[in-house]
Amino acid sequence: MADMRVNLAGVALKNPVTMASGTFGFGREYGQLYDIDRLGGISVKGLTPRLRAGNPSPRIAETPMGMLNSVGLQNPGVDAFIAHELPELKKHDLAIIANISGSTPEEYGEMCEKLSAAGVDMIEVNISCPNVKAGGLAYGTRPELAAEVTAVAKAHAAVPVMVKLSPNVTDITEIARAVEGAGADAISLINTLRGMAIDVNTRRPILKMNTGGLSGPAVLPVAVRMVWEVAGAVKVPILGMGGISSGADAAQMMLAGASAVAVGAAAFADPMAPLRVLEELEAICDRQGLHSVRALTGAVQPW
Amino acid sequence: MIPDENLTKAVISLQVETSCKIVEKTCPNPHAVRLTLEVGDMVRTSYRGPGQFVHIKCGEGRLLRRPISVCVCSEDEPSDLLSVVFEIRGAGTAWLAARREGESLDVLGLLGNGFTMSPEGRYLLVGGGIGVPPMYGCAFCGGQCDAILGFRDASHALLTEDFEEICTTVAIATEDGSLGKKGFVTGPAEALLTKNRYDGVLCCGPRPMLKAVSALAARYGVPCQVSLEERMACGVGACLGCAVSMADGSMKHVCKDGPIFNASEVDWNG
Repeated sequence: MADMRVNLAGVALKNPVTMASGTFGFGREYGQLYDIDRLGGISVKGLTPRLRAGNPSPRIAETPMGMLNSVGLQNPGVDAFIAHELPELKKHDLAIIANISGSTPEEYGEMCEKLSAAGVDMIEVNISCPNVKAGGLAYGTRPELAAEVTAVAKAHAAVPVMVKLSPNVTDITEIARAVEGAGADAISLINTLRGMAIDVNTRRPILKMNTGGLSGPAVLPVAVRMVWEVAGAVKVPILGMGGISSGADAAQMMLAGASAVAVGAAAFADPMAPLRVLEELEAICDRQGLHSVRALTGAVQPW
Repeated sequence: MIPDENLTKAVISLQVETSCKIVEKTCPNPHAVRLTLEVGDMVRTSYRGPGQFVHIKCGEGRLLRRPISVCVCSEDEPSDLLSVVFEIRGAGTAWLAARREGESLDVLGLLGNGFTMSPEGRYLLVGGGIGVPPMYGCAFCGGQCDAILGFRDASHALLTEDFEEICTTVAIATEDGSLGKKGFVTGPAEALLTKNRYDGVLCCGPRPMLKAVSALAARYGVPCQVSLEERMACGVGACLGCAVSMADGSMKHVCKDGPIFNASEVDWNG
């Protein structure tokens, strides 16, 4: 049996399979189906300084092998998370990654302080949400702004800071280098790709916000490519995500350079997908005679 | 299948049954399919009331499951039974409609809250189109039920004889008058609300119908529960996709907080 433990910027994960922010709530729902302690970690639903109601419906559109969403960071706010959700999550044996979004660097700093004090294991700085007007994606598409937010988060956080990058850029390595230079301990990617779906009969976009973020198996090759590019550009560890729905998908992501992976939309199709991904990844390691899953990271042999 | 009116409310919730055998397939009209499934102990473990839904995987090529309201369900040996009725709306439901008896489906359920009903209560059930089947499950849960069933035309009518067997009064309305009374369900609903004293109006159908019926019920001072629909991904409350606006400005989710809501808490203009 391969050793499945990995280390993500000093955060020990019992295995490399985590849940992507926004696809797993705060763990309560899928926790009714299986023991979430079997996962390496969970990145919680994106938090903002105050409660956000999110966008009007429809927020979901199915697309070929994927889906668009325009949820818009609906969440109870960072204080309510710390008061009501975190104590419940801390009863579990898995890494708790707090995903945060702000509309100013100060808001990121304030949330980093609160969450560090409350005892999360890691902070994931979301500079890449395509579904909010202020902040969000703007920080993720301009290197100097991405660096500024990263530096502020680092200055206020007492736990490792991971920055989540947007794929909606011309050169993702430029942003990756900028956040690494500003002190990011790790990088996660990819967030969703901006997309659109139109109802031919009504001539209306299916999403009320017109556009949304694409996820699901359709985005896997884009994510693998971007992880590979970023891995070649920075030294910090990478949490790879985007379209993973099997152990082979997870192995691809790790071979491209990820130290750990996150499963997201696949769980909507198959609630047991995260556990299946883990089992299949373990089987691949065993079949390849690996002593540790860590041997996969960056081991792709490009032509 | 005879629905069991004494189903115990579950403590444990939701489960995924990857192999639910289709034991019966019928076509209640040229547009709809009814599947009866063996669902393991799903009903025993997650039944909360009529109006809950199941989330069915519709083939390999589509990422998302399809949420479909339960028509009726029962605890049974060796396997609980559950039936769903649906219309073909797209590729997913077309795939589902092509399944045959003996094949198996991957079902997540039972999901959502279900209607709140008292076994002694008298209820007016109002169903429109493919919103009619879940009301049939309700008909087994009250002391006395009357039903108003609305359809586009006679060819879309379904379960009318089943309702007539169990309900005291059944009124049918079609938009073109090809079956029952011509017009919408609100006409017959008002007639019954004038005549009888109800403990509740329960309603499932297109949103304009829900809005009209809830306004009518409010006018007669009868509490009204409605079954809402919204585009959905996870079905369990994790993705926050299926949001609906409430009258107090908050957002609730069809899959977890619903699909059944008190009509008075819904923002009907949202």
